[in-house]
Amino acid sequence: MAGPIISVEHLSKRYVLRHQQRERYTALRDVLANKAKGLFRQRSSVGGTEEFLALNDVSFTVEPGDRLGIIGRNGAGKSTLLKVLSRIVEPTKGRITIDGRVASLLEVGTGFHPELTGRENIFLNGAILGMSRAEITAKFDEIVAFAEVERFLDTPVKRYSSGMYVRLAFAVAAHLEPEILIVDEVLAVGDAAFQRKCLGKMEEVSGAGRTVLFVSHQMDAVQRLCNKGLLLDKGRVLRTGSIGEVLNEYLSNRAGSLSTFTFRAPHIPGLAHAEQLRVEGTDGEVRTEVAMGADWQVRITVQVHRPIEGFVVGLGISSLLGLPIRTTWSHATDVIPGRYDLLFRSDGIHLAGGSYKLVVGLSHQGRVIQYLPDEATLEVAEMSELVNDPRILNTKSGLLLNQMPVEIRRLS
Amino acid sequence: MFGYFCGPPQQMSKYRTVLEPGSANRRYWRDLWAYRGLFGFLAWRDILVRYKQTTIGIAWSVVRPLLTLGVMAFIGWLFNSEVPGDVPRLLLVGAATLPWTFFSTAFSEAANSLIANSNLLTKVYFPRLIVPTSSVIVCLVDLLISFGIMAVLMAAYGFLPDWRILLLPLFVLLAVVAAMGAGILIAALNVKYRDFRYIVPFIVQFGLYVSPVAFSSHDIYGSDRIPEVLKFVYALNPMVGVIDGFRWCLLGGASAIHMPGFLLSIAISLLLLVGGISYFRKTERGFADVI
Repeated sequence: MAGPIISVEHLSKRYVLRHQQRERYTALRDVLANKAKGLFRQRSSVGGTEEFLALNDVSFTVEPGDRLGIIGRNGAGKSTLLKVLSRIVEPTKGRITIDGRVASLLEVGTGFHPELTGRENIFLNGAILGMSRAEITAKFDEIVAFAEVERFLDTPVKRYSSGMYVRLAFAVAAHLEPEILIVDEVLAVGDAAFQRKCLGKMEEVSGAGRTVLFVSHQMDAVQRLCNKGLLLDKGRVLRTGSIGEVLNEYLSNRAGSLSTFTFRAPHIPGLAHAEQLRVEGTDGEVRTEVAMGADWQVRITVQVHRPIEGFVVGLGISSLLGLPIRTTWSHATDVIPGRYDLLFRSDGIHLAGGSYKLVVGLSHQGRVIQYLPDEATLEVAEMSELVNDPRILNTKSGLLLNQMPVEIRRLS
Repeated sequence: MFGYFCGPPQQMSKYRTVLEPGSANRRYWRDLWAYRGLFGFLAWRDILVRYKQTTIGIAWSVVRPLLTLGVMAFIGWLFNSEVPGDVPRLLLVGAATLPWTFFSTAFSEAANSLIANSNLLTKVYFPRLIVPTSSVIVCLVDLLISFGIMAVLMAAYGFLPDWRILLLPLFVLLAVVAAMGAGILIAALNVKYRDFRYIVPFIVQFGLYVSPVAFSSHDIYGSDRIPEVLKFVYALNPMVGVIDGFRWCLLGGASAIHMPGFLLSIAISLLLLVGGISYFRKTERGFADVI
């Protein structure tokens, strides 16, 4: 074949940050004032300036037909990379070669005008995304059908519900036919049914041999859609490769979130106290995030100071807002002083992606020894191992994803 | 079989793009041409939006020039400015109100266009020059409506234009050049120095006093009291040439053009356009970074 469709060599993008300045633009009067001051003081600078490399020596290639998922924490440089690739900002250093037409979708409904009707906005938005009038006319009916807005074509979009607005916007973008499609986070909008439809459409697009670059925080969407991954951290490439490898690296090395929680010893030593809590995979390795649908375990280390009868350790899982989801207690045990290790294993109840609080309580015979309601968290990543599991229909249907047994009987 | 050895398929290399620092400059005009469709769509959008609330939209483009016309004619009468030949004062002022109203709206719209479309600039690539230029085009529609009003006025006075009206498009073009030049320059400055938004209304207001709307250029060039230096400064205003040209075309040469001043106005208009575009090109790479 013809080699890579996109090749990025030593790409850097530098921004100059000005301190003491709330806005990014300058006011002429400040510039003049500083020039005037500079006449008297030899040095003149507008506040302090600091350089910031949003992208730092980034190199990678994309083969035709690849669906590349770009992942990384906030501020890793994902959006800057997409902006450079879609020519919105110019690189500071380096070189990008692109062999094909690029359509970028950094926001749905770019250029939509509220006063214009749905029909008018389809043409306008299509033109902004790089379609010719003939292309739009040819696809018009398909776009309208996909967006399900037939009846409202001649209504100004300011009267649309937000759902209709987003559907129409995505429909236009989905019918672009460039060789390369760049997509940023657009799936974060719309209801679950429409999100599935969008994902389906994007799979279809990439199935047709087009190259897709995709940025999203929804790991399940990235995993489903992409075959290759690019992991960015602080503007540098940490890893490229198959999407599975890259996602694993991301989940095991996610800086900034904890997986081992160490509790401070209480000021007044009681009967016992909890020392540490670790979130682990079934292999006993620490996990900063557990994949939705995967098995995990929580290990709690406890220091017992005096002999206790009927010692119980409880582990609660609650939503971030504090709504208790479930609580598990160890069997009441008589213990002598020493360090103890408790292992709570997950049991096939699948939590939806997101963050949860882990609540730890130590007690004996109904009396509380120590209660830690707000010290540890469990991160469930939306990278799903269940996506192809027929028992899970929808990963956003609730906190618990397991289905109840359902029977259907004919009555008459 | 041989095709395989000829390198990548034609279709691929046709769209090859190389992005590196400064690369946008090299294919500037080619890009602008490639995006001409978007230019049309943006102008079309602005026209649609302008006239969407039909009654207000159209009424506004009729009422505003009429009011300006009335007030300016009154002021001219009050100060007893010269009316050449047998031309009714209202037509003399009307022929100047047309280009002035066009210039003032086109210039302000163009100057604010980049800020108004900042959501586009940060989300999609296209040659940025499209934004201010297409907003000038929209104002041409207003100008067309004003021409209708002027035609009615001329008919009411039984005033028939002669062959000179055929040259009017040239002066419309000159007005477009002047409005675009100034608009593009201020639009680019506006992105970086946001206080230019206060300067725009001032330029428009000030311009009305120094342009021959209420009076005519004869009052200036023919006066003994006005020193030559001021006459020269007066001619630097690009709208002097445009307005003199409109009067010459519409009023059948009753007001002759003062050639040196006219040529100077044209030169300034062209200089503004060239200077505006070159400053725009120099700064547009950074628009998305600062807007």
